[in-house]
Amino acid sequence: MSILAIQGLTHKFGGLTAVSDLNLTLNAHELVGVIGPNGAGKTTVFNIISGVYRPSRGSILLEGVELVGKSPSQITNLGIARTFQNIRLFRELSVLDNVRIAHYGQVRYNALEALFHVGRFKKEEARIIEHSMELLALLRIDAAADVQAKNLPYGLQRRVEIARALATRPRLLLLDEPAAGMNPNEIDQLMDLIHWIRDEFNLTTLLIEHQMALVMSICERLLVLDFGETIAEGRPEEIQSDQRVLEAYLGDTVT
Amino acid sequence: MTYLFQQILNGLQLGSIYALIALGYTMVYGILTMINFAHGDLFMVGAFLCFILAALLGLSFIPTLLLTMFGVACVGVLIERAAYKPLRQAPRVSAIITALGVGLFLENFTLALSPYPKQIPQFLTSVTWTIGGVSFSTLQVFIIGLSVLLMIILDVVVRRTMIGMAMRAISWDKFVAPLVGVPVDFVISVTFAIGTSLGGAAGVLYGLAYPVIDPYMGIMVGWKAFISAVVGGIGNVRGAMIGGYILGMLEILVVVVFPSTYRDLVTFTLLLVLLIFRPYGILGNPVPQKV
Amino acid sequence: MFCINTLMVRNRWLAPCVLGLLFLFSIAVQRFELLDPYVQLILIYVGINIILTASLNLVNGYMGEFSVGHAGFMAVGAYTASLMTVRLLPPQMAGLSFPIAVICGGFVAAVVGLVVAFPSFKTRGDYLAIVTLSFGMIVKSVIENINAIGGPRGFLGMEKLTTLPWVFVWTVLSVWVIRNLVYSKFGRGVLSIREDEIASNLMGVDTRHVKVLAFVVSSFFAGVAGALYAHVLQFITPRAFDIIKSTDILIMVYLGGIGSLAGSIIGATVYTVLLEVLRPMGVWRMVFMPLVLVLLMLYRPKGIMGLKEFPWFVPIRDLLAVRSWREKKQATR
Repeated sequence: MSILAIQGLTHKFGGLTAVSDLNLTLNAHELVGVIGPNGAGKTTVFNIISGVYRPSRGSILLEGVELVGKSPSQITNLGIARTFQNIRLFRELSVLDNVRIAHYGQVRYNALEALFHVGRFKKEEARIIEHSMELLALLRIDAAADVQAKNLPYGLQRRVEIARALATRPRLLLLDEPAAGMNPNEIDQLMDLIHWIRDEFNLTTLLIEHQMALVMSICERLLVLDFGETIAEGRPEEIQSDQRVLEAYLGDTVT
Repeated sequence: MTYLFQQILNGLQLGSIYALIALGYTMVYGILTMINFAHGDLFMVGAFLCFILAALLGLSFIPTLLLTMFGVACVGVLIERAAYKPLRQAPRVSAIITALGVGLFLENFTLALSPYPKQIPQFLTSVTWTIGGVSFSTLQVFIIGLSVLLMIILDVVVRRTMIGMAMRAISWDKFVAPLVGVPVDFVISVTFAIGTSLGGAAGVLYGLAYPVIDPYMGIMVGWKAFISAVVGGIGNVRGAMIGGYILGMLEILVVVVFPSTYRDLVTFTLLLVLLIFRPYGILGNPVPQKV
Repeated sequence: MFCINTLMVRNRWLAPCVLGLLFLFSIAVQRFELLDPYVQLILIYVGINIILTASLNLVNGYMGEFSVGHAGFMAVGAYTASLMTVRLLPPQMAGLSFPIAVICGGFVAAVVGLVVAFPSFKTRGDYLAIVTLSFGMIVKSVIENINAIGGPRGFLGMEKLTTLPWVFVWTVLSVWVIRNLVYSKFGRGVLSIREDEIASNLMGVDTRHVKVLAFVVSSFFAGVAGALYAHVLQFITPRAFDIIKSTDILIMVYLGGIGSLAGSIIGATVYTVLLEVLRPMGVWRMVFMPLVLVLLMLYRPKGIMGLKEFPWFVPIRDLLAVRSWREKKQATR
């Protein structure tokens, strides 16, 4: 059963076509990778799906609901969460607060209850703290819950970003270069983590990555972009031998 | 008809002064993305320097203008070096608050030294010409002409010279500019010097047009000039000039239609409406957000 | 364990007790003139300034926006409340009508805040500065053009209804409500907007809604402060609420520290008291104060408190969130 259906997605920045006629269907529980050289339009695709950009053309359906035209917060609350290429945590805030903020859409009290701390407020707040701490514990970063996000080492910041994304209770998780800046050891751990959270939270995952080893070993399907065009799609081993992919990565001298 | 023509001339005169001050705001914003809220008070300092030079020392117009511009530029650079430069890496708002503090200091320091409003002497003789039934004073024409001349010089400096190119380079990317050999500190100081000297010139011209000056005169005129810089598109030099003239003309022409007490009300409402349709000002462009 | 339990008990009961005693003390001070009227007046100004500073801190400090029109909302509250006590409500029942007038002043200011907020948060960061700046000038100009409320000559006839106990109650109430907002999902939304607005939006925070809410609450309390201010001075003019007044409030916010209620209280108190203490300096105190501000910004750019909060202002739930969760885990293991 498909969870996300992208059809004819095109996005132009002025004269530049960043994404051209992209079609992609994600099935429930699938782990799909998006690869391509720098400037291929990968992050732009994420920005369009998550609502930061409004595409020039095309449609994106999340379980039948049209996402184009919705605001980023609406899309998140419909069940899509993401991380960022260059980590964007709320740096001055504690790790716990970072995760609590991502519960915004699930907290059931209104402004008046918040202003006077009455009604559903106390119960909801207790629930949010509980849930946030459980999440942090699952990702083994609960020891750092009190620490300001900016004071964490890089690898842990990535984990906090994933925890924060999971806190929105997504069905689809978009990971933008989660292995950027990591050493091989950390990458191994990350691979396990991505696999594990997919099963634990029953997620469909879309992954942008430059680390070929990681992509090839964990993704079930790959989408290759170059200059906004989809140049190949298929299983990792098919992609590895695809002539156009080799050309895109190594230049057209390959014969 | 004659009345309307006279009002347009008044509008151009006021607009010239706003435009000159707005340039200072826009140049500093362009290069540091900082709103220099002390700039209106540097305009006031210019008017007071003009009073000292003209009334107390009895200098004639040209030396008064040049010395005032130089003096205000020195104050401007001094403020930049002492108060703003250490805050370049700090949160943007600290610099803004510092600027507010510096502005208050200048106002109250001047007030402490000169508790009563001062009158700038009529040191340029004004003749009234009548052409085709329309009469206007040479003083007005002179103020407008001199402002336009200063703005043309500035425009040439920004667009045609090395220092102008360096300014544009820093405002484009302040991290890369030093890597290609742009002396950032020097260029920023020069920017302050030019911007504040124009504010000083505006102070002199304002003193010619409206001779009574007081230490708080820079607040309203300064904020209004800031708004005209925003209307023109803050960071954009030509935008600041256009914005200044728009505000000047609006203020004068609103009074033609409405009672004079409605001036601020109507003017600012119109400007807000304009900003709803063009949030980045007339010549400004939205900055694309990066994710 | 023991330590935490005592801390909880202390926090839950001590604060209301201390506040209650202070309230009784403020009544006694007023009734028996325990303090010099001049000192009482300064305390009243301190209270009003705390309300103004804490409410502006919500927008400028916690949210990281830059509003410069706080005095405009103050003016709306001041005129609304004054019109009510002087023209609408019966003067015999001042004890009842005054709080109603103050609340109405706050509400009208909040409604005006809503109107200002909608276009302000549409597009760009420093847009709010420009809109609120223009707003301040428009408010002043509107009042100057309404002859029925005195125009530029001002409005008078209010009785001196703002007393020390009233100011105390309103100050505590304002700080408490703002604290409640800060430590709720909306407050965390406000903080996340300051940290990274795009990321905040992408984590499901309805940033537009949060911004408008914070701005409206901030305007409400500016209106309340204005209403109290009008009933101390007993005479208000549009010029009392111009850009210079807004600048004063800004200074108190950044002096005390952005994103900290303790900072707002310290900033407002230090600024108000210092201005009074330095009164013998005459004009020169106004030269001295900005210098202090500039030096403070140079050496402590985030204000006296920085982003830190005095623990008493933090709800116990938040203060001990991590610790009590860990202890619960330990117990079940």
